[in-house]
Amino acid sequence: MAYIPHTEQERQQMLAAIGVDDIDDLYGAVPAGVRFPDLELPDPLSEMEVMDELQALAEANLEVKHASCFLGAGAYNHFIPSVVDHILLRSEFYTAYTPYQPEISQGTLQAIFEYQSLMCQLTGMEVSNASHYDGATALAEAVILALNHHRGKRSKVVLSPTIHPHYRQVVRTYTQGMGLTLTGDENCENSPKELMALLDEETTMVAVQYPDFLGNLEDFSELGKAAHEVGALFCVVVNPLALGMLRPPGEFGADVVVGEGQPLGIPISYGGPYIGIFTTQEKYVRKMAGRLVGETVDVDGKRGYVLTLTPREQHIRRDKATSNICTNQGLIALATTVYLSMMGKTGLRKVAELCFHKAHYAAERIGALEGYSIWNKKPFFHEFVVKCPKPVAEINEALLDIDILGGYDLGEDYPELKDHMLVAVTEMLSREEIDDFTDALQELSHD
Amino acid sequence: MTEPLIYELSSPGRVAVTLPEPDVPLADLPSGLVREELPLPELAEVDVVRHFVRLSQLNYGVDLGLYPLGSCTMKYNPKLNEDAARLAGFALSHPLQPEDTAQGNLALMYSLQNWLKEIGGFAGVSLQPAAGAHGELTGILIIRAYHQDRGETKRTKILIPDSAHGTNPASTTMSGMQVIEIPSDDRGNIDLEALKKECDECVAGLMLTNPNTLGLFEEHVQEVIDLIHNCGGLVYGDGANMNALLGVVRPGDLGIDVLHYNLHKTFSTPHGGGGPGSGPVGVAEHLVDFLPGPVVDIVDPGDEEQPPLYGWVSPAKSIGRVKAFNGHFGIHVRAYAYMRMQGKSGLRDVSDHAVLNANYLRVKLREAYKVPFDRICMHEFVAEGSWSDAPGVHALDVAKRLMDYGFHPPTNYFPLIVHEALMIEPTETESKRTLDAFVEAMIEIARDAHQDPELLHAAPHNTPVGRLDEVQAARQMVLCCRPIELPSI
Repeated sequence: MAYIPHTEQERQQMLAAIGVDDIDDLYGAVPAGVRFPDLELPDPLSEMEVMDELQALAEANLEVKHASCFLGAGAYNHFIPSVVDHILLRSEFYTAYTPYQPEISQGTLQAIFEYQSLMCQLTGMEVSNASHYDGATALAEAVILALNHHRGKRSKVVLSPTIHPHYRQVVRTYTQGMGLTLTGDENCENSPKELMALLDEETTMVAVQYPDFLGNLEDFSELGKAAHEVGALFCVVVNPLALGMLRPPGEFGADVVVGEGQPLGIPISYGGPYIGIFTTQEKYVRKMAGRLVGETVDVDGKRGYVLTLTPREQHIRRDKATSNICTNQGLIALATTVYLSMMGKTGLRKVAELCFHKAHYAAERIGALEGYSIWNKKPFFHEFVVKCPKPVAEINEALLDIDILGGYDLGEDYPELKDHMLVAVTEMLSREEIDDFTDALQELSHD
Repeated sequence: MTEPLIYELSSPGRVAVTLPEPDVPLADLPSGLVREELPLPELAEVDVVRHFVRLSQLNYGVDLGLYPLGSCTMKYNPKLNEDAARLAGFALSHPLQPEDTAQGNLALMYSLQNWLKEIGGFAGVSLQPAAGAHGELTGILIIRAYHQDRGETKRTKILIPDSAHGTNPASTTMSGMQVIEIPSDDRGNIDLEALKKECDECVAGLMLTNPNTLGLFEEHVQEVIDLIHNCGGLVYGDGANMNALLGVVRPGDLGIDVLHYNLHKTFSTPHGGGGPGSGPVGVAEHLVDFLPGPVVDIVDPGDEEQPPLYGWVSPAKSIGRVKAFNGHFGIHVRAYAYMRMQGKSGLRDVSDHAVLNANYLRVKLREAYKVPFDRICMHEFVAEGSWSDAPGVHALDVAKRLMDYGFHPPTNYFPLIVHEALMIEPTETESKRTLDAFVEAMIEIARDAHQDPELLHAAPHNTPVGRLDEVQAARQMVLCCRPIELPSI
């Protein structure tokens, strides 16, 4: 009976107060034929046995503290200051629920307000919500915002092929009952110019990624302008850490900026929980999904924060709501807020530049190897594509023997990029590790 | 007491983090793409720590006391869970690393899938959905895909009781299907006659919360489910209230076709101030092929010497991904730790004591507060927070006054079908001593509602801020702070 405080005596007193003899008597409404099934589940364990078992499971995994990680593809291994986790372990934060009662939730509310502020500054936008589940679901919600903006009268969505494949899949899953046409991502070579040709009066939104899934960077101002000319919304999917050095999409005329917040102080944790960033312009705020915190005053005129504009939400609007979303990623938003407060103006810029320089060093070395070449023709941030002399899976298997987690095999998502590896380099990799990786690649090309 | 905003604590030139100098030659930054301004705050480490610790002190959490927020299952969050999720092998493994290097993670997820299947009586489970509402959308898309696959494209009606959470109709709208609301009868059950009228060849399904949001087990559950199945529809179970059912009844055995679990309610993972949660979806045999993919399976059974090999498998007619990567894995670890601690007998104890605690509060409070559907409840019940002989006092006043006693208020104004609702869910982790203290506070508040209503109207009195002006917040729309430009000295 872990975590249940009742004594036998108390149980009896409580049953007597209710007026039944036995706890089983409380289940009279449950059909007798299916009541109290004999479940096939393991027996309880003690805390030390559970921890031993979990330790053994954890140790059965390769983890990036004991390997050089060149794998990114949407989840990146970055330095996280100790302060972040210490704050997350304040149980006043993690054992609270959604701040429905603002008088005793100012900690959560102010932290979210600060998160919203930081996201606006970072992306160059006017409004941020309190977050979505991850980058992929944030993009799906952006599509829904665009559809609502056009009151369902436009049904074409143009997606760049170099948006993360999972994100595009999630958009398709979310919108499968909406009768939309999703186009633009049929060919991985489709550039903004090709996407521009697809824009028309039917288009509700065009979305691109920056830096894109294959690492490339470009100025999307022309595409943004073209989108606005046909009345479509322009959405940019970002890596927020890259915005420590790159021009924010607000400067490209973005109407919505979404992205995966994981690089901002969240461990890679086998894929989650992460956080979906969602920022937009003030004119779209009432069409935006998700929780939103606003500033106000209390009865004595003291500054305070509350959940606001809730009439957009499911618990009030039910089937007319902007989305079914109920929670945000509260604790992860807090982590991101603490991380950005720690890194500050100079720290975030420095991390972004470290990633940039190390990635370019790696690309230059790998590009000089016999049998390998760098596929990217445009500037890139901290990730780039390497054309390999043999299947990526084969290379990665050999790299694992020397504790290197190789890059992402692009062949499955982009058939035209068979034998191409997406390599990510963050500040966590030393020059020595990059050199070892390069040397290993060289050796593998000879076999 | 108010805490300045992080931007207001900033001083130009202050730095918290030291980072290594570049150990590689510097490359040229991409021209035309480098930003000029990065308006982030500048603080020292001690400033950051004090700011957030002070903010934490403005919050109320389960670790401070009773949090009887109906429908949210605010049970104690074991500390072991937090340690488990932070083990390096879990926290520092990459979602896309090769399967054979992540066997510990995959084994854990495989076991969790199996336990959830067993508890719910289902044939398949996907751990991908990130939250309860996300699980709902997943489930509704599965129902839609099932009918589409059978060529029954005219099935677009989803029937939803009026007591349901708002997420039910909102999820249905997102799936492109149509919401039909079904009223409740005077015992808090679904109105069977009203339901029968809607049962036709256009029904895709019914969304059933059982126990419902009144905390009552649906008395005609079998009849309701049969009605839907007989007209060709499927039944979606909202698993928000699973805390009452562990080892008591399996929703699958009742005929429910698809259900989402809330790991952050039933299985003790923390609510985190509003997330991250996790909303796995369980389905009956005929829906297994439609689950979002991939799911974990054994790809090589192994033998006496080799352990089984786990891997990712995509269901044949999958609705597709609902989330990038592998779901909220860190939450899966916490739920696993909890389920392993409880085991078979412990999980039954959880529901038993959750139901015991709710009924104890119900009988202790029913003299001072009207309980409109006063019969044996499951893990929660709904009382009214107003009295005809205390005009002007509302459920909100009761809720606010409870804060002065050091308790989190119950959910108020939900479900919508109860006037001035106070929805009370104590959970199993509260002792009789705590419940008695809560009862005492509630009775005192009921007395004051009649004798000294001003005390309630002006409440809370002892919190960091008083009642906040929500109208002003919505009107002025200050949604973020601008950086403060301080003159350099």
